[in-house]
Amino acid sequence: MIRARGLVQTFQTKVGKEKKEVRAVDGVDLDVAEGEVVGFLGPNGAGKTTTLRMLTTLLRPDAGTATVAGYDVVRESVQVRRSIGYVSQAGGVSSSARAGEEVMDHGMLYGLSRAQVEKRGKELFTQLQLDGLWERMPKNMSGGQKRRLDIVMGLIHDPTLVFLDEPTTGLDPQARANLWEHIARLRSERGATVFLTTHYLDEADALSDRIVIIDQGRIVASDTSDNLKAQVSGDLVTLEVAADHVTVAAEKLATVAQSVRTSGTQVSGRVARAGRVVPGLLRDVEAAGVALESIEVHRPTLDDVFLTLTGRSLRDAESEAGSESEVGPDSESAAQTTSADQAREDVSA
Amino acid sequence: MSTFFRETYIVFRRQLRMNLRNPAWVIIGALQPILYLLLFGPLLKPLVGQFGATNAYTFLVPGLLVQLGMFGAFFAGFGLIAEWREGVVEAERVTPASRTALLMGRLLRDLLQLLVQAMILIALGTAMGMRPSWGGVVAGVGITVLVGGACAAASNALALTTKSEDVMAPVINMVMMPVLLLSGIMLPMTLGPAWLERISDFMPFRWIVDGVRSSFVGDFAASGVMWGTAWALALFALAVWWGTATFRKENA
Ligand SMILES: Nc1ncnc2c1ncn2[C@@H]1O[C@H](COP(=O)(O)OP(=O)(O)OP(=O)(O)O)[C@@H](O)[C@H]1O
Ligand SMILES: [Mg+2]
Repeated sequence: MIRARGLVQTFQTKVGKEKKEVRAVDGVDLDVAEGEVVGFLGPNGAGKTTTLRMLTTLLRPDAGTATVAGYDVVRESVQVRRSIGYVSQAGGVSSSARAGEEVMDHGMLYGLSRAQVEKRGKELFTQLQLDGLWERMPKNMSGGQKRRLDIVMGLIHDPTLVFLDEPTTGLDPQARANLWEHIARLRSERGATVFLTTHYLDEADALSDRIVIIDQGRIVASDTSDNLKAQVSGDLVTLEVAADHVTVAAEKLATVAQSVRTSGTQVSGRVARAGRVVPGLLRDVEAAGVALESIEVHRPTLDDVFLTLTGRSLRDAESEAGSESEVGPDSESAAQTTSADQAREDVSA
Repeated sequence: MSTFFRETYIVFRRQLRMNLRNPAWVIIGALQPILYLLLFGPLLKPLVGQFGATNAYTFLVPGLLVQLGMFGAFFAGFGLIAEWREGVVEAERVTPASRTALLMGRLLRDLLQLLVQAMILIALGTAMGMRPSWGGVVAGVGITVLVGGACAAASNALALTTKSEDVMAPVINMVMMPVLLLSGIMLPMTLGPAWLERISDFMPFRWIVDGVRSSFVGDFAASGVMWGTAWALALFALAVWWGTATFRKENA
């Protein structure tokens, strides 16, 4: 459904008098199969929106090629537009128009008849819990209601390929769960392909068949959530023991785990397949006479994955993007020492 | 082709609806020519003999008409910047609608407004003593509409290029000043010294003002109307091409 090779987009920005070039997207390759739901993840400024805008024909790539729904985004842009739906990060309704009118006009620009759009629009209003807001002006809607209106706009013509740029921003947990269901139904009932960006790791996890991670304009990973997590050096196993047994417990854990750390009475390490290893570990620890208070096993999060792949945690990467600071070549090692695990070790030291 | 007209109509209807919801601009726009006619007309009356016109209002109304067409339309782009900021332009651009239709729908709204203003102006001018050739009035309004469309399209293109009122306002001012001074809208350029008239020869809008003026007095035989129409057509085509290109491209 989507195939991109070497997509590049550079922006010229002026900082004072001096011109600066931002390579927002720097050689992106993407493949998305029909019926797939793909989560596109990355810190602020990674190039998600820019990539989407190239795939939806809004921006002409500076280099590279992309075919979307079988059409070239540059040469066959009209056919691409006809085949896709797009919900932009910023939304696309005028604040002083009436919601229903905006939806009608948008649908009609896709060539649908007035009756078709009205029927579908009202259905979507109900499904996305916007009942009674058809006549309301977006400026008089709550942020979450307006976001759902944006989503109605993007889905009004029943596209089979949908691009959603941070669709759940500003939604309350209940509205978010409702949208997740809606997206799942798009696929199960209509066989739609969905390409969505998000900052919520649980969301990418819950919704997508596959996760694509972008950082500084480059794809750094593309796999199922489970496989990505397997790449992280394993599950996090944390043992809590009596204070005078910490050293022994750490030794025992080190026989099966990597990067073992201690923090107070806690000993933790990464274990490749915790399910298989932990029973043996427990016997070992017990045989050594260690009094075990508790044991916890955590599957890696996407945050862990990002850390493994880029050497920075998502949170660090975002604050970097926010402060516009330069990322030097040594950022990898610098970020490692600021990771949460490391900080805990420092406390214990 | 019918899809093109349908898309243009959808955009036009939406624009008109939004405009009518906020009629302040429409009213201000209509008031402008009325004030000129009421406050500048009497000033011109004793002078008309000097430049060979017989009726002050037959002279003044065509000039005001073109001024209305140009300057009202120049400001059309400001609304587009606001729309762009709300993401409306991008939402329209992601649909398969023709880029020219996205522009044309907006131009039609401006032209409708211009037509209403022209009607008011002509009705009031007639009431105050204008005695034009009516066939010429129709032709003159036609030329004005072309010029207005050209200016509105250029304004929209400029809006999508600059994306900032702060950048656009000075640019428009810079364009407007020479146009106002060199096109003989208020007083004919023939009144001035030869060097000034030569400079004004390079101002397309001067030919258009002269053309509309000849047309109002029914002087179709002279070359004025032809030149005015030619310039209006050329500017219109050029501006629509530019406007469509920015809707197609719009880089950020
Ligand atoms: N119109 C523009 N002009 C200049 N620079 C831009 C423009 N749009 C984006 N950028 C820059 O390109 C980079 C990528 O931006 P992009 O919007 O694609 O990020 P993103 O991954 O969508 O981030 P977010 O999570 O904040 O939405 C950023 O550094 C941004 O500042
Ligand atoms: Mg974004």
